[in-house]
Amino acid sequence: MGRNDDTKNPTNRGEEFLQVFKKGAEFTQELLKENEKLRYRLVGLEEALGKGPSDGSEDDAETLQLRQRVLELEREKEEILGRVKEIEEENEDFAHRYVEIEEENNMLANLYIASFQLHSTLDFKEVLQIILEIVINLIGAEEFGVLLLDEKTNRLEPVASEGLSTSDIPAVAIGRGIIGEAAQSGENYFIDSMAGYERNFEQPLVCIPLMIKDQNIGVIAIYKLLVQKDEFNSVDYELFTLLAGHAATAVFSSRLYSDSERKLSTIQGFIDLLTK
Amino acid sequence: MDVRKVLVVEDSPTMRQLIVFALKRIRGLKISEANDGVDGLKKLSADTFDLILTDINMPIMDGLKLVSMVRNDPRYKEVPIVVITTEGAVEDRERALALGANEYITKPIQTTTILDTVKRLLA
Repeated sequence: MGRNDDTKNPTNRGEEFLQVFKKGAEFTQELLKENEKLRYRLVGLEEALGKGPSDGSEDDAETLQLRQRVLELEREKEEILGRVKEIEEENEDFAHRYVEIEEENNMLANLYIASFQLHSTLDFKEVLQIILEIVINLIGAEEFGVLLLDEKTNRLEPVASEGLSTSDIPAVAIGRGIIGEAAQSGENYFIDSMAGYERNFEQPLVCIPLMIKDQNIGVIAIYKLLVQKDEFNSVDYELFTLLAGHAATAVFSSRLYSDSERKLSTIQGFIDLLTK
Repeated sequence: MDVRKVLVVEDSPTMRQLIVFALKRIRGLKISEANDGVDGLKKLSADTFDLILTDINMPIMDGLKLVSMVRNDPRYKEVPIVVITTEGAVEDRERALALGANEYITKPIQTTTILDTVKRLLA
């Protein structure tokens, strides 16, 4: 019977269809809105995942560990580089020190030979010859003289020289001029500047007093250096001082021995004369 | 270790001792000494040497004469000669080198220079 009603009222059926279509359209609109909302939410979630704090996943934890390890390694690298730099500086210091010690060692070895030679004889002339050889070969002097104190006159008299005649070197009174003052004070004298220096007996390049404790027995006065020796180095200054002490005792003892030998010879001659 | 023989020709006993003492730091060296050029030639004729160190200013026969004679003798033609001298002028150096010296070292004595030179020439 319903079927019959439908067929009987086509206007109602059209309205019903329109109603259904409208509802379908409204539903579709609602679905589209819902879809739009979900899409916004999805974008929001994706952004939150991309920029926001870690969500504690395994990948994030591993990345964090790797970052920490990289930082640790960077720190270690910096420390190692710093240590390498320190070691390089230490190495350079050791190299410099090695050279210095080698030079000191050479100087001591030379001084050992020099003092050994100086004390190897009691012959006064031989001692003077050894002093000359040492000053030439170890110091590099070309013109110089050795002046010894004459206690009777209180003057420094030239007794040996190299590169010039001994008789050309003037005697010097103790306390007078550079040489006399150096002998009196016991202090080594070095000229301020060697540039343009010409030999001057009043003003040597170097004057080294020969001292036994506080007692002066003479000086070594240098007037010219070898052409290849244009300046003194630190080793030379040490050498001068050490050498002056050894030369002084060698000269003193050899002179004492020569005097005693001479006296002994005189006494022996006198005894021989009396006993014959 | 091979023993290398070195002849030191120097009239000054002090200088000779300085050189010998320095050379003793090189292991395996047998060092002989001569007072002058003539003495040096005598030592050379009695033994073979791997290196000669000589002074120039010496009595009887100077170092330059010795260098010349050694270089003109076929037996010692290849033996290195080192001159150690106070003569620091360029012409002195050139003269010694022209006569056949291998190295020219000037005084005052520099132990390191002598040792380095000897080691290099004996290597």
